[in-house]
Amino acid sequence: MEVQFRIERFNPDQDTRPWFGEYTLEVEPTDRVLDALNEIKWKQDGTLTFRRSCAHGVCGSDAMRINGRNRLACKELIRDYGDKITIEPMLGYRVIKDLVVDMEDFFDSYRTLQPYLVNDENPGAGRERLQSPEDREVFDDTTKCIMCGACTTACPITWTNKDFLGPAAIVNAHRFIYDSRDKGANERLEVLNSKSGVWRCRTIFNCTEACPRGIEVTRAIEQVKRTLLTGE
Amino acid sequence: MYHRFDAIIVGAGGAGLMAAAQFASEGDVAVVSKLYPTRSHTGAAQGGISAALGNLEEDHWIWHMFDTVKGGDYLVDQDAAEVLSREAIDAVYELEHMGLPFNRTPEGKIDQRRFGGHTRNYGEAAVRRACYAADRTGHMILQTLYQQGIKNQVRYFNEVMMVDLLMTDDGVCNGIIGLDIQTGEIHIFHAKAVLIATGGFGRVFKVTSNALALTGDACSILFRRGLPLEDMEFFQFHPTGINKLGILLSEACRGEGGIIRNGKGERFMERYAPTLLDLAPRDMVSRSIHQEIRAGRGIDGQDYVHLDLTHLPPEVIDQKLPDISDFVRTYMGLDPKTELIPIQATAHYAMGGIPTDVEGRVTIDQDNTVVPGLYAAGEVACVSVHGANRLGTNSLVDLVVFGRRAGKHMLDFMRQNEHQALAPEPDYRARAEIDGLMSTDSDENGSIIREELQENMMNDAGVFRTAEGLQRLQSKLSELRDRYSRVGVRDKGKTFNMDLMETLELGYLLDVSDAVVAGALAREESRGGHFREDFPERDDVNWLRHTLAYKTSGGIEMGSKPVVITRFEPKERTY
Repeated sequence: MEVQFRIERFNPDQDTRPWFGEYTLEVEPTDRVLDALNEIKWKQDGTLTFRRSCAHGVCGSDAMRINGRNRLACKELIRDYGDKITIEPMLGYRVIKDLVVDMEDFFDSYRTLQPYLVNDENPGAGRERLQSPEDREVFDDTTKCIMCGACTTACPITWTNKDFLGPAAIVNAHRFIYDSRDKGANERLEVLNSKSGVWRCRTIFNCTEACPRGIEVTRAIEQVKRTLLTGE
Repeated sequence: MYHRFDAIIVGAGGAGLMAAAQFASEGDVAVVSKLYPTRSHTGAAQGGISAALGNLEEDHWIWHMFDTVKGGDYLVDQDAAEVLSREAIDAVYELEHMGLPFNRTPEGKIDQRRFGGHTRNYGEAAVRRACYAADRTGHMILQTLYQQGIKNQVRYFNEVMMVDLLMTDDGVCNGIIGLDIQTGEIHIFHAKAVLIATGGFGRVFKVTSNALALTGDACSILFRRGLPLEDMEFFQFHPTGINKLGILLSEACRGEGGIIRNGKGERFMERYAPTLLDLAPRDMVSRSIHQEIRAGRGIDGQDYVHLDLTHLPPEVIDQKLPDISDFVRTYMGLDPKTELIPIQATAHYAMGGIPTDVEGRVTIDQDNTVVPGLYAAGEVACVSVHGANRLGTNSLVDLVVFGRRAGKHMLDFMRQNEHQALAPEPDYRARAEIDGLMSTDSDENGSIIREELQENMMNDAGVFRTAEGLQRLQSKLSELRDRYSRVGVRDKGKTFNMDLMETLELGYLLDVSDAVVAGALAREESRGGHFREDFPERDDVNWLRHTLAYKTSGGIEMGSKPVVITRFEPKERTY
């Protein structure tokens, strides 16, 4: 099938503002959007620039706006979009070039919430810390995060409020707060209770809609809010 | 820009980050990675990491060692396999202590499941040895190690691509050159010790489970500097890739009970591996699939077969194989609970690579002479624990065990050694290469060369090989190399020049392909992942040895080194 692609372009070395490039491509309906981007880059315009690596939705490199929604280009098939596809960079972060945005603020927010197991007790060599399957299940959903940025850059609060840590950082804090082996919940909850924390969330659900891993992001944020209110 | 560190780690996957974790409170270390660390391909590993914990049934490290040696068709260096299987146990506990969320047994211990080629009591039956976190074990290892790096405040240089290795005239490694992709700037990293942990090179093949970034950069760079590559002819084709796309469906599918069926609906592995059936090692299953297809028993006579999960309890698919189910639904539009999944063998793992000893030190000859200051670990290295064929889960074991050993040894090395002076203008070679590519204008399109390379490698250096096919491939490679010498980069900008990056990578792919083909042509036998139709038997008299390929001005020269045999004498390999 023939598909018309409109792709937002911006090269800081020569452009003062972004513009749209138009490309026509013959594709298979089962091709990924990423396949089409590669084909355009390899055969039509070698300057087209985007991030990509694993090409099957686990590395998180190629989050971008596809027909207005944040998606991984490697997890979307052309047949689900029809013959006109518009591709733009994620919103809210500085565009470095074309579809590549600066992720430094994103990772800074993530680092703010101690995204690692806090537990100084020595479990002893030669054995694991015990954890019941039920305790393990509690935080399973938020272990899936690949830090692609789709949720955070889909959130209108993050577009306007640079202090808000954003959904992805909260998801990764959630993953440890509810891990029975972790001892750092109080410090993380203190940050999440501050003005950059969960109370900025207006339960718009854009994050949940955008997550390519199917994480119930809003639900995780709500659980943190509930813990802050009830201490449970 | 000039940087000085005690140690530089190139690559931020499991091996690199595990090495970095060893520097927790000491030493000035930086991790240089072409990707953001969390994008590394360790994150794509699915099924598990084996260690003889014995949490569900009796198990011993020596059984794990035996399986590794036999799985590798006896080309494994047994001193290294012993280290691997002994230290796997402690390494898995260390990962758990770092916070890795393993699945658990009802008693709260790390849960374990069956995996291809892993057996109890030297081959009696499959054993539960693979520790796992659903079907995203690699993702959890990568996340956990990256988290440790944040805790330890490791310095990262993200999206900086290694483009050269620095050595003194005396053969001591003293740094690397990096290209900052975001800015186009050249960085000189001056260090006492360098660890190469950049992963594999599956992108030399058309159908592969490997990420687009896996282009053999470091193998090629060392090869160009006269260092050897070991056993490059051994490349693993994983039996269950999604048809045409090559996306991996973990062996855990079969570990949980999945079956491979041909066009007649037969469980054909009964004929090829009567004891382990679908859980035979990957090289055997991939060859069996190809033989069924050649006999006209593919699906509707075509070149694929089916993976059947429809008889598994739905909750097993939901709880233990969720990501795989998602891949099948997303890319095939199929429901694995009720429909058969079209699969074909997909290029998956390089057993060969940069030769090292068990401390991760890079070696250069049959006497294992060490390059001071230079280390390698993970898929890029060949230690050799995988021999002619890697067992499932042993890649993750390799990363953590040898990443850790390399990190510890580097720490000792940097305590005892000073920085070696850099040559004047250490970046001249890298600049010359990049300037050459940037200033060329021609119609020669690198992308087309890459497609032809991948297609030809798949056809003539894939599951089945012959002298005739490999010689044809050699002349094709020299034609492609000639065309590559005229390729120009179309993007002339400095900022995030992906076109330049891909063009450099194409040069690396060509070098690595040369080494694979030279090894495959030299090795006139069939063993593990290397199958020569014109030499279909294993030949221990002439070929129970590793190959070493050297790039010289007159072409590739082949050398060899002996296999280390300690506990297990080579035997016929049946399952």
